[in-house]
Order: sequence, then C-alpha cells, then structure tokens
Amino acid sequence: MNADTATMSDTAVPPGKTGTWWFLASEIPVFGGLIASYIVVRLGSAGWGEASGHLNFSLALINTFLLLTSSMTVVMAHAAAQENDFRRVANFLGLTVLLGLGFLGVKAVEYTTEITHGFTPAAGIFWSFYYGMTGLHALHVLAGVIANTVLWIGALRGTLARHGHRVELAGLYWHLVDIIWIFIFPLLYLA
Amino acid sequence: MSNDTSRAPAGFWRSYVFSTDHKVIAKQYLSLGLFWALMGGATAYLIRWQIAHPDTEAPGWGFIAPDFYNMLVTMHGTIMVFFVAMPILLAAFGNFLIPLMIGAKDMAFPRLNMLSFWVFFLASVVLMASFFVPGGAAAAGWTGYPPLSAKMEYTGVGWGMNLWLLALALEFASFLLGGVNFLTTAMNMRAPGLTWFRLPVIVWMQLTAAVIFMLSVGPLIAGAVMLLMDRLIGTTFFLPEGGGEPLLWQHLFWFFGHPEVYVILLPGLGIVLDVISVFSRKPVFAYRPIIYSTIIAGFMSFIVWAHHQFISGIDPRLAMPFSITTIIISVPFAFVIFSMIATLWRASITFSAAMLFAVGSLGVFIFGGLTGIFNGSAPVDIYIHDTYFVVAHFHYTLFSVVFFGSFAGLYFWFPKMFGRMMNEALGKIHFWLTFIFFNAVFIPMHLVGLRGMMRRIANPMQYEFLKPLEPLNMFITLSAILLLLSQLFFVINFFMSLVRGKAAERNPWQANTLEWTTTSPPPHENFSTIPTVYRGPYEYSSPDAAADWLPQDRPLTASQAAGR
Repeated sequence: MNADTATMSDTAVPPGKTGTWWFLASEIPVFGGLIASYIVVRLGSAGWGEASGHLNFSLALINTFLLLTSSMTVVMAHAAAQENDFRRVANFLGLTVLLGLGFLGVKAVEYTTEITHGFTPAAGIFWSFYYGMTGLHALHVLAGVIANTVLWIGALRGTLARHGHRVELAGLYWHLVDIIWIFIFPLLYLA
Repeated sequence: MSNDTSRAPAGFWRSYVFSTDHKVIAKQYLSLGLFWALMGGATAYLIRWQIAHPDTEAPGWGFIAPDFYNMLVTMHGTIMVFFVAMPILLAAFGNFLIPLMIGAKDMAFPRLNMLSFWVFFLASVVLMASFFVPGGAAAAGWTGYPPLSAKMEYTGVGWGMNLWLLALALEFASFLLGGVNFLTTAMNMRAPGLTWFRLPVIVWMQLTAAVIFMLSVGPLIAGAVMLLMDRLIGTTFFLPEGGGEPLLWQHLFWFFGHPEVYVILLPGLGIVLDVISVFSRKPVFAYRPIIYSTIIAGFMSFIVWAHHQFISGIDPRLAMPFSITTIIISVPFAFVIFSMIATLWRASITFSAAMLFAVGSLGVFIFGGLTGIFNGSAPVDIYIHDTYFVVAHFHYTLFSVVFFGSFAGLYFWFPKMFGRMMNEALGKIHFWLTFIFFNAVFIPMHLVGLRGMMRRIANPMQYEFLKPLEPLNMFITLSAILLLLSQLFFVINFFMSLVRGKAAERNPWQANTLEWTTTSPPPHENFSTIPTVYRGPYEYSSPDAAADWLPQDRPLTASQAAGR
C-alpha cells in the first residue's frame, strides 16, 4: 500500500484536480472585480453606448463561435484521454490550440482597426475598460494556448499517456476562460 | 507527482536553495521575512526620527527630505504587511506546520511550493530594486490611492511606483500558488484517523486565511493591472478627467485590504492558542465553537471593507450597514479571545518565553480590538480618521499578531525547526523589553491622535496646534528606538542558539500534536512511518493518561481504555 492511499482524503479527487479547482476559484474574483467595476462605473456615467457602437460586433461574434467550439474540442480531447487514445487526444488538442490562436488573431485584427481609428486605450473610460477586460482575458487565452500546446506536444511524442489526467485539468481552465468571455462579450459588445 | 521527491536530495543547491522540502522552504520564507523586518524597522526609525526632530540629520542616515519621508511611510507599510507578516505568519509557519501537523511527507505539490517561494523572492528583488530607480520608491502611501498614485507628476515617483505594483502582483501570485498548495495538502493528505475536527487550531486558521486570501485578492490584482495601465498606456480608470473614478480603487483595494487583516490575524491567533494550550496544560477551551467562529469571521471579512471609506465620500445609507458589520465581526474574534482567557483560567501555567509572548499578544490584541470599536463606528471615525489614533490602533492589532505572535511561534517551534533550544533567559528579557517599549510607543500615540495629529505629515511642527505635542512625540521616538534595540536580544539569541544551543529532544514541551512525534529537526519526508491519529490535539491533563499529555498518535492500552 503506498502512502497516497493511506491518507485521509475527503474526496476521491486526486490532488491535481483539487488544486486546479482552488486555482480557478481564485481566478473568478479577478474578473469578478473587473466586471463589477465596469458595471458600477458604467451605471454612473453616460455616453457608453455610443462608444460601444464603434466595436466590430461581427468579428466578436466569430470569436465567440471560435471559443465555444474550442470548449467542445477540449472536452473531446478529455474523452479521448479517458479511453487512452492519445492519437485522438493529439488531434483534438491541436484543434483547440488552433481555435485559440484563431481567437487571438481575430482579437489582434480588432485591436489594430480600433487603434488606427483613434480608439486607443487613452480614448476614454469605455476604452480603458474595453482594453483592460479583453486584454486580461486575451492573456488568459494565451496562457491556455501555451498549456494546451505543451500537452499537445506530449501527446504527439507519446509522453502524455503517463499524465493523461492533465488534459482534464487544462480543460477545466480552458472552460473558465470560455465562460469569462461569455460575460465580457455581451457587456462590451451588446449592452 | 511525489515520485520526484521521494529521495533525499543531494548537493548544496538542491538541498538548501532550490529545495522542494517544505521545511527548507519554510526557513527560506522565514529568513527573507526576517530580513525585510530589519528593513521595516529601519524605515520606522527614520519616520520616528523625522517626527520628533523634523529636518535634522538622523544619526546613521542623514537629512530626511519631505518626499523621502513620503517614501518611508509608504514602504514601511508595504514591507511590514506584505513582506514581513505574510511570509512569516502564513508562508513560513504554514509551510512548516501544515504537513508536519497533518502527518504528511510534504506538501501536495512540492515543486509548486518551491515556485511560490521563488516568485516571492522575485517580488522581493523587484521591491528592493524600486529603491534605486530614478525618482525613488513608491510614495503614495501603502494603500496607493489614486489620483496620487496614478500620475507621475503628483509624487515625482516614476518607475518606483510601477515596480511597487509589479512587486505586489508577483507577491499575490506567489501566495495564490501557496494557498492552492495549503488547501490541497490539507484536503488530500491527512494521516489516517486525522479527521477535520482533530486538526490543531493553527491548521484551521491557516486554511481559513488561505481561503480568505484567495477569494479576496482577485479584485486588487485587477486593480493593480488597471493602475499600471493608467500609468503606462494612458487609460483613465482612476482619473476623473478621463471619466474614471478614484474611489473605485479604494473599493478594489479594501475589498482585499480588509480581509487581508484577517489573513494575517488568523495564523497569529492560531499560534497563540496552541502555545497557550501547551503551557497551560489544558485543552483549548471550546475547540469547535472556535473553528465555527473562525469560519464565520472569514465570511464576514468580505462585507466590512467600506469602513475605510467613511470620509472618502460614501452614501450614509451604506455607511451604517458597514458600521454594523464591522462591529459585529468583533464578536467571533471576541469568542477566540475568551477561549484564550478560559484556557488560561485555573491552569498550571509555565511562563516560558513562548508563553510570555503568547499571553503578551493576547493582552495587546484586546487593547487593539477595543480601539477598533471606536474606528468602526462611523460618527467617531469621522473625527479620528487619518489621525495617529488610527495608526496606534492598527499597530496594536497588527504588532500583537505579527510580532508577539511570530515570536511566540518562533520560541516554541525553533527546537523543531533547527534541532536546538533557544536561550530562555534571553527570550524572557526580549519579551519584557519588547512589551514595555511597545506600550510606551503606542499608548501615547493614541493621545497624539486624539489631539488631532494627522498621519503621513513630514513635519508636525509646521502646525501651530501640534507644537505642544513635541515632548510627547520625542518620548514616542525614544521608546521606538529602544523597542528596536530590544530586538537585538532576539537576533543574538537566534544566531547563538542556531550554532551553540542545547540539542533539542523530540518533544521538549511535552506537546500532543504530530510534529512533536518525529525527530528535531524532522528528516526528509518528516516521519519514519506515517502516524495514525487516535484523538484531538489538545488532550492535556486527561484523566485517561498517567502523564499530563496524551499525544495524538498514541493508542490507549487496553487497561487504560477499560478504566474510562
């Protein structure tokens, strides 16, 4: 009997998963604080709808689609990992990374258009929040892309089989990034 | 995951620098925290010198210009809260005690633990570097209120402020990783038989502190990013001329800043309760209610923050509820305090150095708690806000847990950490001098505050109505210098005991908890066999045992069990 099974564990959950959930729990207040600030400041002043009208709604809709689809592919990677089919894991992780990169690419196009039209971060309070919220979110997407790329390389090389549960952990994080976007998108583009 | 750490590491770098052993990491945090305590003490000395003898040469330093004074008060608060209290109380004691007290070989994620320390080390380097950049270190107060902090021209500080924000962000990242580790370790790795309600109070308090920290720091991380963007790329989150809102920062800061007070407080209270129980030879009074009040206090700590904004412009309809929650939160802490007193009641007390600091902490904390009720009530706070009364209040609460609490913990666990006993006589001298001079500094400070002296003014002598306070301020400064010098007894004791102290046995204090069942210091992976736990941590003077202590891992013999 090894030491791990001899300990009192409250759940059948392995440490990696417990840790990931705690980490995600601590991420929520970061965006929670930012989103709450946005709502409070917006309710307290006028002229936000007009500024919001300068955003490219269609591109953001495409981005929403990309991110939601990537949430599906990451789940399929997890399902494949549970069946120990790491060729399929590699395919779905690769697809997830690709969709994540697609999201960042579209975001880059959006930023470029806005900045060339004079809507820089210094253009007013709406733009402060726009760049703050989407920027912090984009950094999280980037982190997820990096994590999934590392796993993808592992799956291609065959080293991931020993750490198959990591696909799920990265997937949990990826879902969080997705859910945050679901809040940011309507607040900035639709409201 | 633990496969990599099952062998004892070889070589200097892996054993002492890039170690994954929680005990080594705890000592690294402790050393770095004690180093920063010296820096914090030095800034305190310069601040006090300037107040008592404005615009004269401070011995050992030189002239203190007003802008340098702003930097001193800013860095004193930043260092003491984030780089002394956090690494020592949470990181050092938490890292050292949690695995040992729950009977685990190490943390759940040893390499993540190492990463936490090195991120904190990086934060320390960044904060240190901020002293040396052009314009000097941050000077907008430890709370960094905008617009003062949002534009360079207001304080004359450029990169110092940016590095300050960066150092805080790194520190928060480090403690987030640490919190994940603490919670996962306690949830998944407890020894057989160690149920939640057999955990020592200190473990409960560390875990509650970790949860409070992890759930409250987020908005300030967002706030730090926003402030950094205001300074670097021209956004206007906190600048009214661009439609921003300076008050927003105050809410983001204190939504974390006030729970942070309890993040620091809880581990300190835990240490004090454990030490009091051991040297009273009595169980902690009302163990379960204490745990429940700790958890309730944890929840409540999220709904008191706006009491910091009573005079910054807050709707009176909001000020009242925050006043009420603030006063209510003293109830669960009063529970803990009463438990300490009830544990001492009719006990056979041994006044070791650790116990003196624990009881001292209790006394000082009660005083600070009482002045907290003055501040918490909005009408009184409007009068005393931003005066030295508030400064005296939070030094009573924080010094009692951060310094008295840490000293109690260090005198108590030093034998377990380093395998040698500290000198008791020097420890007692250290306590009495610290206790006397601490009160000599901060009791008069209440008076100075009630007479209207404001915080963070470089030269009180510029104000006619403050001139009569000069003798009092000189007395405070003299006491502060003596308080700082008294700490030499600790420094000497610490280093002398480290090399020449009497070798410590396994359980020098005859305590019950699991860390005392292994060798001093514990080997790599802590226990030769993982202990099995049969009872709670505070079975002192139990009728079931012949001795007045009953370790958690000792099964009762058949005859003893039959005699119950």
